[in-house]
Amino acid sequence: MSWLQKLLPPKIKRSETGARKSVPEGLWRKCPACEAVLYGSDLEKNLSVCPKCGHHHRIRARARLDALLDPEGRFEIGAEVYPVDPLKFKDSKRYAERLNAAMEETGEADALVVMQGAVKTLPLVAAVFEFEFLGGSMGSVVGERFVRGVRSAIEQQLPFICFTATGGARMQEGLFSLMQMAKTTAAITQLSAHKLPFISVLTDPTMGGVSASFAFMGDVVIAEPGALIGFAGPRVIEQTVREKLPDGFQRAEFLLEKGAIDMIVDRRHMRDKLAALLTLLTRVPAA
Amino acid sequence: MKTTFLDFEQPIAELEAKIEELRYVQDDSAVDISEEIERLQQKSQALTKDIYAKLTPWQIAQVARHPQRPYTLDYIQHIFTDFEELHGDRAFADDHAIVGGLARFNGRSVMVIGHQKGRDTKEKIFRNFGMPRPEGYRKALRLMRLAEKFGIPVITFVDTPGAYPGIDAEERGQSEAIGRNLYVMAELKVPIVCTVIGEGGSGGALAIAVGDVTMMLQYATYSVISPEGCASILWKSADRAAEAAETMGITAARLKTLGLIDRIINEPPGGAHRDHRAAAQAVKKALQDALRQVADLAPPALVEKRFERLLGYGKFKEQPAA
Repeated sequence: MSWLQKLLPPKIKRSETGARKSVPEGLWRKCPACEAVLYGSDLEKNLSVCPKCGHHHRIRARARLDALLDPEGRFEIGAEVYPVDPLKFKDSKRYAERLNAAMEETGEADALVVMQGAVKTLPLVAAVFEFEFLGGSMGSVVGERFVRGVRSAIEQQLPFICFTATGGARMQEGLFSLMQMAKTTAAITQLSAHKLPFISVLTDPTMGGVSASFAFMGDVVIAEPGALIGFAGPRVIEQTVREKLPDGFQRAEFLLEKGAIDMIVDRRHMRDKLAALLTLLTRVPAA
Repeated sequence: MKTTFLDFEQPIAELEAKIEELRYVQDDSAVDISEEIERLQQKSQALTKDIYAKLTPWQIAQVARHPQRPYTLDYIQHIFTDFEELHGDRAFADDHAIVGGLARFNGRSVMVIGHQKGRDTKEKIFRNFGMPRPEGYRKALRLMRLAEKFGIPVITFVDTPGAYPGIDAEERGQSEAIGRNLYVMAELKVPIVCTVIGEGGSGGALAIAVGDVTMMLQYATYSVISPEGCASILWKSADRAAEAAETMGITAARLKTLGLIDRIINEPPGGAHRDHRAAAQAVKKALQDALRQVADLAPPALVEKRFERLLGYGKFKEQPAA
């Protein structure tokens, strides 16, 4: 079976289920920012950015990869890595059941999709978090797929890009999840030792254990407009300090102001921006 | 020092109170009751041993947070000589929730870094309950780089409920500070030996716990989120913390079985807080072994081995993609 055949059927299946859940065909959707009523497929065509006010809605991992990568020569990395339940974890529901439900709902096996491909003919490896899968939480599979992606980038001397959309570490895998912070960041340390660029794109939301590991280790750190980005969640902070949080706290614009990120980039310009940055970083002469 | 008893230690507390009473009586008593006191003391010790042999994970979490548990500076005092504390991140402030500095371990130079909690209210506030802000992690990082420059091994003591979740901490880049430590510790060209002495709370703990050897005291905990935090998210109630502690696997014994830590350091009967000196001796012995274990590796081999270890974390299965 060629890589194309391997890739194609589940992809079709996935885009169907994805469409059913997030943007039902022919349904109207209200933008939470400007309250404009939008036609679902219009929103989708606009990369889930509100055409009226520019509000960035969350976007599925594969939809993002579709928009980001050139159509030719893509293939997935780490799809063979599947989750297990190492602690036999159970709260109101078993973790194993939660995993099954999330797989059913999203068509994904876990919360990270990694692909090799190209952005405007520049070859690279891109990792994208799937927020719909258990809140994009990072457990062993996310960590392993991430590392396989980085390893692949190192082997082929390619840049690595990651789009984060996550609540943080996955509680149901306990300390294994915490260790994924050390694991993913160590992979980026290795990438860096090979002088290969890492561009980190923080999207809504990027919190907790992912925010506090590799996400800010990008050679360039980008955020999408309005994205919530931070270590501790706003509710936890409010409970700790017992005061009201300032307006726009932990939003991308706030982080830019505080010097935490390099720039804010509109999703519709992301491809161009990434290509521009990568050619500069890798000293590719201007076309 | 009068021992503070935890809820589940009440039977011990009652016995100890009785012993205390008898001692008081003995002073002006014509009858010799020292034998009786001796007998009760033995009973108390047996009872302590008994109770501690059967602690639940949630009870262990209580011991890990015991107000009399030895903290980093206690271990430094008992284990090292010539400690020279070094302060500040050179950019913003000196964070008192993390202490660090040069010292001698069996006569040899080491860099010691650890979370520091406070004992009384005033000191607790001064130490921010052992919850560091970015400048604390950046101080730690500075000291690690310094150690690397002079080929000095790094010894860390982990004891924090977590990194401080505050407005100022977020503004100054709590995430970046923790991430940067993970990034640098992965490739630091000197040995790093990490010991969880109390609470290993999440990313705030890991930020000084990436190394070549990870050890835990017998009644320390190490977890991705506090049992209360986990319970309030998954059960929507912090009261279910005991269940969360059980299911998350936060104890040294469980984590050793899972292969996530290298060694358990046994505590004196009834926990480290009952005998700081004995606890420190046990830690010292373990540190000696750990340092010997990594001493022979030249920096490239050391770092390579560390990468192998870090990149190997995780449990998953492989099967053909759907």
